[in-house]
Amino acid sequence: MTARYDVVVLGGDVESLVAAGYLAKAGRSVLVLEGRDHLGGSLVTTEPVSGFRFDACEHFAAAIAPAVVDDLALGHHGLRHTVADPLVIAARPEGPPIRLIGDPNATARGLASVAPEDAASWPGFAKRIQPFIDLLTRIYTQVPPQPGSTKPADLGSLLHLALRARGLGKTELFEFLRTFPMPVADLLDDWFSDDALKGALGALAVRHLAQGPRGAGTAFGLFHHLAGSATVPRGRPIIQGGVGHLAWALEVSARSRGVEIRTGVAVDRIQVVDRSVAGVRLAGGETVQASVVLSGHAPRKTFLELLDAEVLDPEFVTDVERIRYRGVAAKVNLALAEVPQFTGFREEDLRGVIMLSPSLDHVEQAFDHTKYGEQSGAPVLEVVVPSVLDPSLAPEGRHVMSVWVHFAPYHLRGAGWDDQAREALADSAIEMLGRYAPNLPGGILHREALTPVDLEERFGAPEGQINHGELTLDQILFMRPVPGWSRYDTPVRGLYVCGLSTHPGGGLTGQSGALAARRVLRSRP
Amino acid sequence: MTRSYDAIIIGGGHNGLVTAAYLARSGRRVLVLERRHILGGAAVTEEIFPGFKFSVFSYVVSLLRPEIIRELDLASHGLQILPLESTLTPLPNGDHFMAWGDHDRARQELMRHSLRDAEAYEEFGREMHHMAMAVRPILEMVPPDPTSLSPSDLGAMLRLGKHMHDLGSERFHMLYRLMTMSSADFLSEWFECEPLKATKSASGIIGTFLGPRSPGTAYVLLHHYMGDIDGAFRAWGFARGGTGAISEAIASAARAAGAEIRTEAGVERVLLERGRAAGVVLEGGEEIRSRVVVSALDPRRTFLQMLEPESLPGDLVDSLRRYRFRGSSGKVNLALDRLPDFTCMPGPGPHLGGAVSISPSIEYLERAHDDAKYGEFSRRPYMDVILPSMIDPGMAPPGKHVMSIFVQYAPYHLNGGWTDQRREAFGDTVIDTLSEYAPNLKSAILHRQVVTPKDIETVAGLSEGNIFHGELALNQLFFLRPAAQWAKYRTPVRHYYQCGSGTHPGGGIMGASGRLAAREILTDWGQRP
Amino acid sequence: MSLQLLRTPFHDRTAGLAQGAAWRRWAGHAVLGSYELHHDREYAAIRNGVGLLDVSPLYKYLIHGSDAARLLDRVLPRHVAASRVGQVLYMPWCDGHGKVIDDGTCTRLAENRFRLTSADPSIRWLQRNAVGMDVVVEDVSRSLAALALQGPRSRELLMRLADADVEGLRYFRAVEGSLRGVPVWISRTGYTGDLGYEVWLASADALTVWDALIEEGAGYGLLPAGILALDVARIEAGLIMIDVDYVSAHRAVVPSQLSTPYELGLGWAVKLDKGPFNGREALAAEKARGPAWQLVGIEVDWDALVALFGQAGLPPQLPSVAWRTSIPVFVGGSQVGYATSGCWSPILKKSVALAHLPARYAAPGTGVELEVTVEHFRRRAAATVVPTPFFDPERKKAVPS
Repeated sequence: MTARYDVVVLGGDVESLVAAGYLAKAGRSVLVLEGRDHLGGSLVTTEPVSGFRFDACEHFAAAIAPAVVDDLALGHHGLRHTVADPLVIAARPEGPPIRLIGDPNATARGLASVAPEDAASWPGFAKRIQPFIDLLTRIYTQVPPQPGSTKPADLGSLLHLALRARGLGKTELFEFLRTFPMPVADLLDDWFSDDALKGALGALAVRHLAQGPRGAGTAFGLFHHLAGSATVPRGRPIIQGGVGHLAWALEVSARSRGVEIRTGVAVDRIQVVDRSVAGVRLAGGETVQASVVLSGHAPRKTFLELLDAEVLDPEFVTDVERIRYRGVAAKVNLALAEVPQFTGFREEDLRGVIMLSPSLDHVEQAFDHTKYGEQSGAPVLEVVVPSVLDPSLAPEGRHVMSVWVHFAPYHLRGAGWDDQAREALADSAIEMLGRYAPNLPGGILHREALTPVDLEERFGAPEGQINHGELTLDQILFMRPVPGWSRYDTPVRGLYVCGLSTHPGGGLTGQSGALAARRVLRSRP
Repeated sequence: MTRSYDAIIIGGGHNGLVTAAYLARSGRRVLVLERRHILGGAAVTEEIFPGFKFSVFSYVVSLLRPEIIRELDLASHGLQILPLESTLTPLPNGDHFMAWGDHDRARQELMRHSLRDAEAYEEFGREMHHMAMAVRPILEMVPPDPTSLSPSDLGAMLRLGKHMHDLGSERFHMLYRLMTMSSADFLSEWFECEPLKATKSASGIIGTFLGPRSPGTAYVLLHHYMGDIDGAFRAWGFARGGTGAISEAIASAARAAGAEIRTEAGVERVLLERGRAAGVVLEGGEEIRSRVVVSALDPRRTFLQMLEPESLPGDLVDSLRRYRFRGSSGKVNLALDRLPDFTCMPGPGPHLGGAVSISPSIEYLERAHDDAKYGEFSRRPYMDVILPSMIDPGMAPPGKHVMSIFVQYAPYHLNGGWTDQRREAFGDTVIDTLSEYAPNLKSAILHRQVVTPKDIETVAGLSEGNIFHGELALNQLFFLRPAAQWAKYRTPVRHYYQCGSGTHPGGGIMGASGRLAAREILTDWGQRP
Repeated sequence: MSLQLLRTPFHDRTAGLAQGAAWRRWAGHAVLGSYELHHDREYAAIRNGVGLLDVSPLYKYLIHGSDAARLLDRVLPRHVAASRVGQVLYMPWCDGHGKVIDDGTCTRLAENRFRLTSADPSIRWLQRNAVGMDVVVEDVSRSLAALALQGPRSRELLMRLADADVEGLRYFRAVEGSLRGVPVWISRTGYTGDLGYEVWLASADALTVWDALIEEGAGYGLLPAGILALDVARIEAGLIMIDVDYVSAHRAVVPSQLSTPYELGLGWAVKLDKGPFNGREALAAEKARGPAWQLVGIEVDWDALVALFGQAGLPPQLPSVAWRTSIPVFVGGSQVGYATSGCWSPILKKSVALAHLPARYAAPGTGVELEVTVEHFRRRAAATVVPTPFFDPERKKAVPS
């Protein structure tokens, strides 16, 4: 006998779990199938060494959509999250770092001693871009417009009305339109002179992008990164117990509403009859009937692996194949015997996201290697020390450190990502860390290096791209995941998609799951 | 004594001359003032060495608007466009990639490199044709202000919206992708042949400080397809007599319509009276009065040199200071004793009547850009080479030849600045690189002229040597060119207009800016253009 | 300057026979319009003896692997998996919107091995459709030579020369064998609507086979025939030609240029019930509502031609070669459609054409008018919609008993 559900959700990452929660809340019977042993996708906390708990993959999750937390009562189900000052620390090779904190005036006061030229500019910059971020946040909480399918409802004025109505003034609107397609390096050069400040913001803008800060459109990367934030820069959502606790709270919340969740269950096929979903077949041959399947997997898997090739038109298949993933980051997780001593840091500075990105040229040069399939000899590092604010993550007096290493291309030329390349990556990251925190290399108890290939294998990140598709201007909004199919439905009746590959691409954690669930619910009578 | 004119045009470049011709044709008294001894700005032909004529700066004509050719009857004023038949991309391994004009031959060559690409090429061409059709109305319109609620702006936005809608969703998406993607990524979706991708993508980087992998470089691919739909003979061509002949033809049309043109008449500043433009003051102090003044100069010169910054709103001054020029290209012009002999295609042949593109791979172009990002000229630059004397024998003495080499990247902001020594080093790099493909080149050189972005600034008067009066980047196009709210050819100073390449649509020897500016001026005069 | 077009594997022989150097282009190759100064003897060979045609410029693909039939069933509207080894299918094929991209034949060479011919390059399209399948698509266009032997005596000639069961070979079947020791596939197919065969062989063996056919063919009325003769024969047979009678959906610039199989009169080749294939949904919808246009045969009224030319003091003057320009078709004085190719049929003694007409004018017997040019002036001649093929001899499909 085969089981039957209203909705089968494929994948157990955060967006899928959010969608499952909403669907169950609306009274649907829901089965979640996750092929791996863990839930949460790239937001996962592991314990590879006893007592040390790593945010193994992403440590700087996008802001969690507030409505999701409320609707699914995640607080009630154990989610504790905060943001702490300082938000971002731009380390400098010599001397004290630049501290970016929530209050722009306070940041400016701090800048007065370390980067006096920029102190006066900072509050103006924060004030100028905050409306852009707010606008983007609003766009990210809605299903994107579909320009091709609207009536001559006046695309030009659509833009105009949408933006005007939001209270942006004439100047701000022009600035918004002018700024998005810019290279972030130009934007930062227009405002600031300090290399480390520009280097840190430039590096945040090109996080997980196969672009250097001099590439056009990277200013959008900065705004995307800041989405959902009431401050410039954005702080890291600090989740008690590690980022994996978000999935845990979602799981508890979903199960409490009757969602069935099975892990370690690989799906072999989405079954389709006459372009309508009939159910799924599991790797063991078991079938589950459902007239709705919601896939949280990347499009490549959903459309090219789980469906029979004949189901989709070749034109659509080509659009799916054209999605650019291009993971460019690697992860290094460290268990430390003692607190790292960064030169010139104050104690509280370890709470922030520490950027080892001394200049825009440094970021650009680190990126240059990516174009030729090489890993950066002198990478850009984004460092957090989660155990500083959450001592439960490490034994007393010990610490865990989590480091994103940019740039490390998925397609490494030569032998590819073998053990030697992986260790070389960790070595260059640690060497760089040692230049800023001299005691660090000596205090490493355990290290774990995850190349883009590892990220793909362990966390389902296609080509190591944890955003499940590069977040570039041509792959957002009505273009995500493929042009014309941004509203979570697909050419197959009953098949829906959610996850980071869909709008808003992880711009707000939980949002795509919520929007996709709404879309599914609207489709049923 | 001073005479009074309806309009004074500052700058005798091709856009200034176009504006002058249109205003004169409507019966207005027009005076063009050119600082140099010859007309044309960056579109000039000069006999740098006796018997050898060079299109010193701009060297091919691709986008000169057909309606300008027709309306100003440029053919009868001597304009003749000769086709560039082919593009040869020599490869380091001695092979080559050849884009032939003939369809069968082109496909045959593509098939030699990639069967898939040969098949994709036609579908690609068709899509680009559609995209070119889609953008043509945009090139022909005065950019509306998207923030304005005025009936004319709303109407224009509605027309634009309807136009986009009428494209249908598939083509709208393609246009959107073309506007936001990098040429390398866009082309990689269609093709696998590296020299094909690189040679095509090179058109996307010209005049920008971007590499082919940067977003915002894809849409320039359309330029190759614009010629077709406008009924031009070929997308790219060479003006008989060099690009200066284009300027001369337009000037001749303007004169025939009654315009006066003065050379060696540099303008010092715009004459203001009660905050309005009332004429100009020449460098010698001479004052000439007119009803309106139109600047064909680039935006920096138009606003910050011809006017006092105090006469402009602060945010306009700010945005002009942020407007990016940073010229990225140079020229090397050679007088040759004999034809170059390319290793990949030895001897004389029809390939020498086309372009030769040194663009073997996307990686080659990216590495060329890497040098420039950090303030150096490319050690191995991208080059677009033509032999004008092969197309127009009048450009060189019998049996001799002229070679035009467009070179990118050569950053205006060179580390340590441009000196005579650095200029020659740049020239040596260009010759050395080209000699790898045509080993007899060095021994064939009779004379050489090296033009750096600094020289383009000094001689042709283009700020920072940017050949397009400012980068053709997404944030400097359409209603943002040259600055928000001042994209309609007017300025905050009444009776002062702009008509250069720094206004929409700008770029290349197109003339569209000059024509649209003339239309706006006539509209302000209450005259139907 | 030397010839810059591709040469077919038979070029060394065909070039030597070219009396008027009448080279034409076919898929980038140089082929002869006619070998002799006029093509009428070559046409006559096709209808009375044997016409030998070099059809090597066709694009040819070898498709093999466990999903070979699956790929073809996805691309083609006929049921490939149900075809037998040695069976040949002719059909158009479509994009996802049900618009025709190309047409050609698909031969099942073995269980998991097929040969597809097409008029345009197709490897990219096939590979785009093969995503996720275990199949190899090889372009064998240049390595595989092809000759067509068309005409009532082609069977006898091949039976004499080939070591294969030619006699028992049925219409649209193919058989493997050899010819003068050269391995060949022989299919009972062609583009003339007559009894005829196509011989597929390695390009390296091309001249051996050509020489053998010329040598033995003399006794069967064999003549090498160029594409002018072929064009007349294919119009008489009512067979369409890409770029002439329809535009590939991959190259159409405006929607009005697109065609569907139903509009081209090829609805019989669309098997809507065989399972999913490209364009099925659109085609099912079109079948349900009926195509808006139809490609039909029209026959021009001879008396009308006599009268029109008579007014100019001339006997009817008709071009001796097939025409491929678009010519308006009128009903009631207004243009309603257009003819895309036509000819004077020497065997039927009629002026015939293939025309695109709105469905309401497409029924056989409908009276229309075709534009004709009489001494520089455009006139309209009465014509009638008729079924195609115009010429359809029994021998085309017959098997000797």
